[in-house]
Amino acid sequence: MTRTDVVVTGMGATTPLGGDVASTWKAALAGTSGARTLDNDWAEQYGIPVSFAATVAVAPSEVLAVPEIKRMDPSAQYAIIATREAWADAGSPEVAPERIGAVVSSGIGGIWTTLTAWDTLQARGARRVLPMTVPMLMPNSPAAYVELEVGARAGAHALVSACASGAEAIGYGIEMIRSGRADIVVAGGTEAAIHPMPIAAFAASRTLSTRNDDPAGASRPYDTDRDGFVLGEGSGIVVLESAEHAAARGARVYARLAGVGLSSDGYHITSPEPGGRGQIAAMRAALLDAGLDVTDVRHLNAHATSTKVGDLIEARAVREVLGEAADTVAVSATKSLTGHLLGGAGALETIFTILALQQRQAPPTINVSNPDPEFDLDLVRDTPRELPSGQIAAINNSFGFGGHNVALVVTTVS
Amino acid sequence: MALNEQEVLAGLTEIIVEETGIAAEDVASEKSFTDDLDIDSLSMMTIVAQAEDKFEVTIPDDEVKNLATVGDAVSFITKAQD
Repeated sequence: MTRTDVVVTGMGATTPLGGDVASTWKAALAGTSGARTLDNDWAEQYGIPVSFAATVAVAPSEVLAVPEIKRMDPSAQYAIIATREAWADAGSPEVAPERIGAVVSSGIGGIWTTLTAWDTLQARGARRVLPMTVPMLMPNSPAAYVELEVGARAGAHALVSACASGAEAIGYGIEMIRSGRADIVVAGGTEAAIHPMPIAAFAASRTLSTRNDDPAGASRPYDTDRDGFVLGEGSGIVVLESAEHAAARGARVYARLAGVGLSSDGYHITSPEPGGRGQIAAMRAALLDAGLDVTDVRHLNAHATSTKVGDLIEARAVREVLGEAADTVAVSATKSLTGHLLGGAGALETIFTILALQQRQAPPTINVSNPDPEFDLDLVRDTPRELPSGQIAAINNSFGFGGHNVALVVTTVS
Repeated sequence: MALNEQEVLAGLTEIIVEETGIAAEDVASEKSFTDDLDIDSLSMMTIVAQAEDKFEVTIPDDEVKNLATVGDAVSFITKAQD
């Protein structure tokens, strides 16, 4: 029995680098940082040690109608903006609703809505808490709004696995198509957690960079002086489709999503297992699922968030999986550009991986002034690198608090 | 300072437009919230909450079901201001 091939026929995004995929990709290739000093006084007001983040480049209010803004948490707003672009990019396919699925994740959920409603309750009492509060704060809200947007009836799902959520959503979307539940799945991730409480909480766990005097230089994966991640926000959405369905309607195909690898560390609530056991297992499972050899891999979009411990564990895991073949794999750590979109990261980085293969250009990693001497991979630094011609594959890694590991394998299409 | 019916209608229309996206010119006294404007119960409760805020009145839940049209709501709010 031959397995259903899954391809990508549409992409959409709103990110710290731009309000759509084209502007985001252009800024990424140019090595632009999306991190900026916040235009509020949260740091001073609450004593938060971090005064910057990678906020979305285009405010939703510039794109959405007022009633849409009022009925959706920002996390859902970003997902809807990205979905509209992705769906149009796929040619607004006419498909039976029963054959369309929606899988959209957020790592944190509708935290702006939750905390704003709590403020309202405390300040003004229960009668002022808005009736739309629950449908806005529930973590499946972005998935549900995307379901409504495209009229999906094959199922709408919201898988939650912290910073691996966006990639896991795409993985689940692939499985929906392979299992025959759907012909098309709108899949991805979103996050909108740039609120003082989560910033304070991440800062309390000492995972955020505190390079307040240089936001653009703060996210520096694999640099000796890295001191934590930069909180980002936004959404990435892809339209997944069975290759047969895409061919039948003459859709443009960006790439093939050939393999999904999942594992869990079974080790610690936040720390990755030091030997990279779970990460290795996920990458191997994804390659096996894709039926590919390590020598087929020529590009890797690393999870690499710019934390002291996490970056190296991943780098060693990649070396362990790829062995000598790693010498010819161009590694990009795009969180140096975008900051860390948490639940949106895995999806946005899947889009970067797809574009890298399609355009044969690996995006740069910025801010690596002094590479960590223990880092033993071929990092694409400062400027994009041309990828080889022919049929090649790439891996996109995403790992999350809780020990969730997701590796996706993308290949070029001939 | 109490507002007259016309002023309440204008204010209520603003709330309805913001909440639902319905064009201001489609909002009129004789329009039914459910049949003409297609406003669901969650939106209705949101409009009520915002109207209470804006006009500094209380609209009890028992009363909301009697507010079939925009005009019903305008009359109730106008009187409730006193």
